[in-house]
Parts: sequence; structure tokens; C-alpha cells
Amino acid sequence: MDYTLVVALEMIRAIAWLVLLASGLAIIFGMMRIINFAHGEFLMLGGYTVVISTNAGVNEWVSILILAPVVVGVFGIIVERLVIQRLYGRILDSLLATWGLSMLMMGGVTMIFGNTVQGVSTPFGGMKIGAYQVPIYNFVLIGFAVLVLVAIWCVLKFTKAGLIARATMQNADMAEALGIRTRWVYMTTFGIGSAITGLAGGLLAPVTGVVPTMGMNLVGQSFITVITGGASVIAGTLSSATLLGTISQGVTFLTGPVYGDAALLVTALVLLRLLPQGITGRIFKRSL
Amino acid sequence: MEKSVLRDPGFYVMVAIGLAAMLILPVVLDMFTIMQITQYVVLAVFALSLGYIWGFGGILSFGQAAFFGLGAYTFAVAAINIGETTIPLILAFAIPCLFGAALGYFIFYGRLSDVYLGVVTMVVTLLFWKLANHTAGPEYAIGEARLGGFNGIPSIPVMNIPGEPEAMLDPVQMFQVFMGFLIVVYIVLRLLIASDFGRVSIGIRENETRASLLGYDVRRHKLVVFAIGSGIAGLAGAMWATYQAFIDPNAFSMEMSAKALVWVMAGGVGTLVGPIIGVILLQWLTLKLGTMELLNSLAVLGAIMMVLVLALPKGIVPTLRKLIVDGWTLARRKKTGGKADE
Repeated sequence: MDYTLVVALEMIRAIAWLVLLASGLAIIFGMMRIINFAHGEFLMLGGYTVVISTNAGVNEWVSILILAPVVVGVFGIIVERLVIQRLYGRILDSLLATWGLSMLMMGGVTMIFGNTVQGVSTPFGGMKIGAYQVPIYNFVLIGFAVLVLVAIWCVLKFTKAGLIARATMQNADMAEALGIRTRWVYMTTFGIGSAITGLAGGLLAPVTGVVPTMGMNLVGQSFITVITGGASVIAGTLSSATLLGTISQGVTFLTGPVYGDAALLVTALVLLRLLPQGITGRIFKRSL
Repeated sequence: MEKSVLRDPGFYVMVAIGLAAMLILPVVLDMFTIMQITQYVVLAVFALSLGYIWGFGGILSFGQAAFFGLGAYTFAVAAINIGETTIPLILAFAIPCLFGAALGYFIFYGRLSDVYLGVVTMVVTLLFWKLANHTAGPEYAIGEARLGGFNGIPSIPVMNIPGEPEAMLDPVQMFQVFMGFLIVVYIVLRLLIASDFGRVSIGIRENETRASLLGYDVRRHKLVVFAIGSGIAGLAGAMWATYQAFIDPNAFSMEMSAKALVWVMAGGVGTLVGPIIGVILLQWLTLKLGTMELLNSLAVLGAIMMVLVLALPKGIVPTLRKLIVDGWTLARRKKTGGKADE
């Protein structure tokens, strides 16, 4: 019974982890149909912000919840202004440019901070479920995953900005014709997506520690989750994270983490063969 | 532009330059330089594999290193087990080619978009890299070859003359054989591109919908192009393995895929000379910058990639070609007194 509970909890944590990793990327993909190949390095930047500011004496929660999103969000807007906006309409070029950015950031951070793992302590410690020790921080991760999705949903559904965003997502030309400055919408979206990515990186830093190459271990999962989900931000992320998280965590329990990743990829490939537009290209088409 | 290869003087010039390099360089240069250049030759074959599928099939693969590494590991494992190198070389072409076909089935028959293709190929590479790093224990062995995880596979046999396992090639012979491979790959690709098959794949690159409305099976076509490219990348990987006599999981690294992209972008997408020039230019540049030790090589590579996309999206060869053609037309126009001509 205890074991079942722990396994179930691990599954939910894995799903929450994928949701956190992928939400920021999914917003950008849903809006502009481009994948930010520097996504892993945006996560890394969030992580570094938290580690550096915490070690400099800032309260850990302030750095996770405020500093990391702000720093990465502003960085995202700068990147959008300098690089992405020149490449609208040239989707493949924007992929190449962001990949270049990814390597530039990885190399740059290595030059500045060195290739060593730095970390901060994980808050809250653990709790006991029967004979098993579970970190309380897992519940924090799950809580934030839910919070992020609910927040995105509320903004898209109930605010004017959300309405404009949905209009641009559905038909950018028509939105432009009706007087919406779509370029401005794109910039804001990219900034918000980056900020959420920064928050995710900040939340992960206490668990994984930070290294310049940490992005590489995370992008695979993020990309797969987003493209399997398809273009709808919430329904897509949630459905694919649930499916992939369950499968990969199941396989990880049986064989180990490396094959968990392999299972993730194989599942995604088979799924994309059946549903080339991602899950939300066929099912939940009209959802957000 | 795709006129008959056999009537194109540029084709003969290129092959002649290749043959001249193959025969003359070992006479004029010392052994160390020859071994350095051998490296360029191997990487040029790798660059051609991407240059072909991207430039003449419209398939932008972000994971060409997956096939390069697969070829290298195939060659290493087979050569250690068999004890000679001819069959392993064939396997290093065949296995990545088959794997490319299998992966291509999921990608092209699912009609995935370009973005999805990029992501899937990249994730496949990442996964190979992770798996290869994971095989450190003694239980991960194929026959006599231990995969060795992040330590890699050491003492891979040097290439030998087919049928005579004892007759190993010395560095100069290896250079000449590899040059031969490069020339053969170049000729085969030129002929392939000029064939009916190649024309159709260029048509697909230009307009996929139109090609399929004309009755061509776009999915099968792209799959074949992708598989051929994968096989060539695997061959390059095998050459790399036997040249270094060592291979580690970095053959699967993102950096390797990124380098291939940068070479092709720098040289020019849609040419075969371009990727080769890209290799020479950028490897030389990396060598120069590497000695400075101040800059991180990954950061430099990333910066070059961004600059190329933003400032020189067409690449060197097409830009030069356009300049020359424009200059030529201008000169002709002046001569004929301002009359427009063909």
C-alpha cells in the first residue's frame, strides 16, 4: 500500500516535472510555431540565477519566484529583439539561430563559471510515507506545475491580453488586419514563455544542481513533450506530459533512467506516426 | 542549373583537383601535415552527407551526428571482432543507412513538418549520446568489443588492404584512400543529383505539394534521400574511427551535428563544393582560435552559426557564384553597349 502510494506520487511528480519543463516552450510554439532550441540554456540561466543570488544572501524563495523569471524573461525579450524578430517567416533559420545561441550560452557560461556543479540546499527536507522517505519539495513541484497551467489558462480565457493572444494564434493575418500589432504580441509571448522557463529552471535548481551543460539533459524531454502535445498550450502540454510521464517513469522504475528516456522517444515517435500534428491536432482540437 | 554532369566543365575541374591533391600532396608535404589534412577529408565526407540531404532533398536534419556515430561504433565493433576492415566498412555504411530508413519511415510517412523533423533528429542524437555514455560496465560488450561508455573504444584496427588483414595502410596511403573515397562520394552524388531521381528530389525540395500532385511519392523519395545521406554519414564515421584508432560517445554529440550544419551553411546549401570548402575554412579557423585557449570552442561555434544565419544565409559559394555571374553580365552589357542579353 505504502509502495503503491510512493510509486503513484513519483508518477505524478514526473508528470509535473514535464509540465514545468515544457510550458514555457509550449507557449512559444503554440503562438509562433517555432521551437526555441536554446530552451535548455534558458532553464540553465534560471538555475544559475537562483544559485548565484541565493549564495549571495538573497532569500531562496525570492530568487526562485521573482529573480529567475524576471532575469530569463528580460533575456528572452532581448533575444527576440536581436535575433528572432529578424527571422519571422524563416522557421528553419530561426531553429538554426537559436541552436547557435544555445551553444554560445553553454560555452559562455562555462567560460564564466567553470564546468563544475554548483547547488543550493533543497528546502523542506523529507517526510515519511510508511517505510519510505519522500522529499516534501516534490509536492512543491507538483503544486507549481498546477499553478502554472491554471495561470496560463486564466490569462488566455479571461483577460483582454489573452483574447488578443488567442486571436493571433488562430489567424495572425486576420488579427493584424483587425488592428492588433502581432509583432508586439510575439515579443510579449516570447518574453512570457522565457519567464516561465526561468521559473522552471529556478525550481529545478535545488533538485538537480546547476552545470553549464544541464540543459542538454532536459531539452530532450521538453521538446518531445511539446511536439507530442501539439499546438494547444494547455491541453497539449497536459495530455502529453501525462502520457509520457507515466510511461517513462514506469520504464524507469523497471530498468533505470536511461531507458526511461529511450521509452519516451519511442512512444513519441509512434504517436507522431499516428497523429502527425501532435495529440491536440486530432483530439481536443478546440481546447486551449 | 542541373544540366548534364558529363558536359559540365566544373565537374571535371573538381575531380581533377581532387585527384591532383591525392597524388601530389603526399610528395610535397610532410607526414604530419598529411595526417592533419586526412582529418579534413573525413569531415568533408561527413559534410557532403548533410549537404546532399539538405541542399538537394530539402531535409534539414539536426542529428547527422547520430549516423556518424553509429557508423563509427559499427566499424569499431565489427573490426575488433572480425580482425579486418573491409566488411566492417560495408557494415558502417549499411547499418546507419537502414537505421536512417527506419527513422525516416516514422518521420516522412507521418508527414511531419520541418520543425518536428528537426526536433526528432536532434532528440535521437541526444539519446544515442546518453546511451553510449551509459555503456561503461563490462556487461556492455558486443563479441570481443567492449563499448566502454564515456571512455570510448580504444585500439580500433587501422584500415587494411581488402583480403589481407596484415597489410595495414600507412598514413600516406590512408590519406590517398580517403581522398579516393571523397572523390567517389562526390562523383556518385553529382550523378545521383543529375539523374531523374535527383531531379525529382529537387522538385520536392522546391514544392512538395506540386511534386505529389504530379504523381511522385514524396514520402518514399525523401526516405530514400535521407537513407543515402545516413549511409554516407556512417561511412564518414567509420573513416573517423579508423583514422583516430579510437572512438568515444562524443561522436554522437550535439557539437558534431552542429559542426556539420555550420560547414554546409558556411559553404552554401545547394552545392556540393560548398560543404567541402566550409570544412576546410572552419576547421582551419577553429585550429587558429583553439590555440588562443581564451575562447570556449562551443561558444565560438555557436556565435559563427548565429552570424551565418543572420548575415550570410546563402553561404559562401552561392554568394561568390552570384557575384561572378553578375560581374560577368555587367561586363558583357558594357561591351555590347547597354543592350540586355541572356
